[in-house]
Amino acid sequence: MNRPLIRIDGLSVHYPLKGGLLGEPVVLRAVDRVSLEIPRGSFFGLVGESGSGKTTLGRAILKAAPITEGRIEYDDGEGRHDVGAMKNKGEIRDFRRRAQLIFQDPYAALSPRMTVRDIIAEPLEVMGITRSRAETDARVREIAARCRLNVEHLRRFPHAFSGGQRQRISIARALAPTPRFLVADESVAALDVSIQADILNLLKGLQRDLGLTFLFISHDLSVVAHVCDHVAVMYLGRLVETAPTRALFARPLHPYTRALLSAIPSLDPDDRGRAWKLQGEIPSPADPPSGCRFRTRCPFARERCAAEEPALRPLASGHEVACHFAEELEGAVPA
Amino acid sequence: MTLLSVRDLTVRFATDEGLVTAVDQVSFDLEPGEVMGLVGESGSGKSVTAKSIMQLNFGGIRYGETSQILLDVDGRQTDALKLKRPRDLRLVRGGAVSMIFQEPMASFAPAITIGDQMVEQLILHKRVSKAEAKKTSIEFLDRAGISDAARRFDQYAFELSGGMRQRAMIAMALSTRPRLLIADEPTTALDVTIQAQVIDLMKEIVAEFGMAIIFITHDLGVIAQTADKVAVMYLGKMVEQGPVREVIRTAAHPYTQGLLNALPDLSDLDSPLKPVPGDIPSPLERPAGCVFHTRCPEKIPGRCDAAVPAMAPVAPGHACACFARETEGAA
Repeated sequence: MNRPLIRIDGLSVHYPLKGGLLGEPVVLRAVDRVSLEIPRGSFFGLVGESGSGKTTLGRAILKAAPITEGRIEYDDGEGRHDVGAMKNKGEIRDFRRRAQLIFQDPYAALSPRMTVRDIIAEPLEVMGITRSRAETDARVREIAARCRLNVEHLRRFPHAFSGGQRQRISIARALAPTPRFLVADESVAALDVSIQADILNLLKGLQRDLGLTFLFISHDLSVVAHVCDHVAVMYLGRLVETAPTRALFARPLHPYTRALLSAIPSLDPDDRGRAWKLQGEIPSPADPPSGCRFRTRCPFARERCAAEEPALRPLASGHEVACHFAEELEGAVPA
Repeated sequence: MTLLSVRDLTVRFATDEGLVTAVDQVSFDLEPGEVMGLVGESGSGKSVTAKSIMQLNFGGIRYGETSQILLDVDGRQTDALKLKRPRDLRLVRGGAVSMIFQEPMASFAPAITIGDQMVEQLILHKRVSKAEAKKTSIEFLDRAGISDAARRFDQYAFELSGGMRQRAMIAMALSTRPRLLIADEPTTALDVTIQAQVIDLMKEIVAEFGMAIIFITHDLGVIAQTADKVAVMYLGKMVEQGPVREVIRTAAHPYTQGLLNALPDLSDLDSPLKPVPGDIPSPLERPAGCVFHTRCPEKIPGRCDAAVPAMAPVAPGHACACFARETEGAA
């Protein structure tokens, strides 16, 4: 296999909250002891419900969330960085050029007072990537064309554009400093269905043409199934399953992954009684359950699940799952 | 007897940039106990249509001269658009019609307990004593799947999780026993596992209370799971209407077909994603003729960009507004 672009080892991101009743510190464990490798050139999906820690993990990789413990290494073949240990401004700037973020909400992410040209040009100028206005303009036009924006669009302000067009502007800005790695955090969640597929096709095309690596964070498993080649599933700060996309969807092993899949509303009006549904809601990451964190909602939970936390273990090639009873439960239906 | 009959509904907003047509001559009927899915993307006018029933559109609003929203309650017919006095408006604002919103946090008053808000509307609409109102409220919270309802009754909206808030919102809307419930994207802000729970709850409610529901959503999967019939809107126009099975399995309008094709299919991961080409035009620049012709793969030049297609039947109870379907329908 390729060398990984990102190698995460035992990463935790904890946020201290105000003290508890007796003054003991309360800690919100947004990401807890996560180890993960993102292969170069992959379209890597990260899924989970709100509160699962997927966004925090994405931010930590971009050095936008405090690392409590563990290591994140970035290596694209030209630049290598230890993300947690970077102190030097020049090094951080080099990393920021290589790793960029595409936001969820294309309405909030673009300044209403800047033209599209200025929005795309800003990172080039701030990072000192281009030397003259002519060079900047040429670069902006080139990127805009890749994102199917024409020269006419560049003179206008964001309010004149629809959601899909805005997301293309947002993507163009992220591409401007020629990054090698992009984190797309719910980048199609705010878009209309008819536009979603267009943006996903654009992202896939960019990955292929420019050899980029994507971390695609989403709550929507059907979208992830179509665009990602690897998927990692998170629950309450922990990784519960990771696999190549096809393997995960053909054979989901963790009860949580199976529950997420069965919760997708079926397009078949005659298929209204689905097999099983998850009860209750995700617990607070400040007070996670003992043992397996999913056990409070898991229809198969047993005594061992409360006592012992399951480790992520390989069950098939590249397919890892954190469940004590994964083999036994395969295909089982809750009573 | 038809519960709700929307006739020729046209809604325009006066804005700084001119008169914007949000809803353009939309008509549909709803029988008691029927669940209608109202599907459309942003700017399609689906929310404005629903809010017109409760007269909840504000700011430079103009309804069409021939527009009518006829509501039949206990044998008395009322045109909701003619209601003016606040006490008359109560009929459509919590009396016979209730609404649940997408963002329950924004719909509850933050500084008043859930219980006080529920009691207030019950006293207003049902003329019951405070004690009775409290009893009913707790019953409905419990019915909506809120554990420890008596305690939740005294809590504020911010103390509840997103899923619980949506359940409380549903309990509140149901407690006055409306004939028509309008649900505006009630599951969009929720996680899939919670969405599945809320959809189940909505289905139970239909089975138990038998009220009619207008379920507004952009998610065709949610529609397939809940609705009896579907109305599809695009840029203020109704483009297709019919029974849920027919619309989803044999969609007639090119836009509905495009929407269904654009959905990622979990049973076929190899098929490429097929977007509907182009962008949704701004409501300020509505295309002439058929509003969908700028993105339509079956556009007939000289026809679709010149004239507006009317809704015409393609099968019993299934209608579609498209010139490209006319010949097929006649044949």
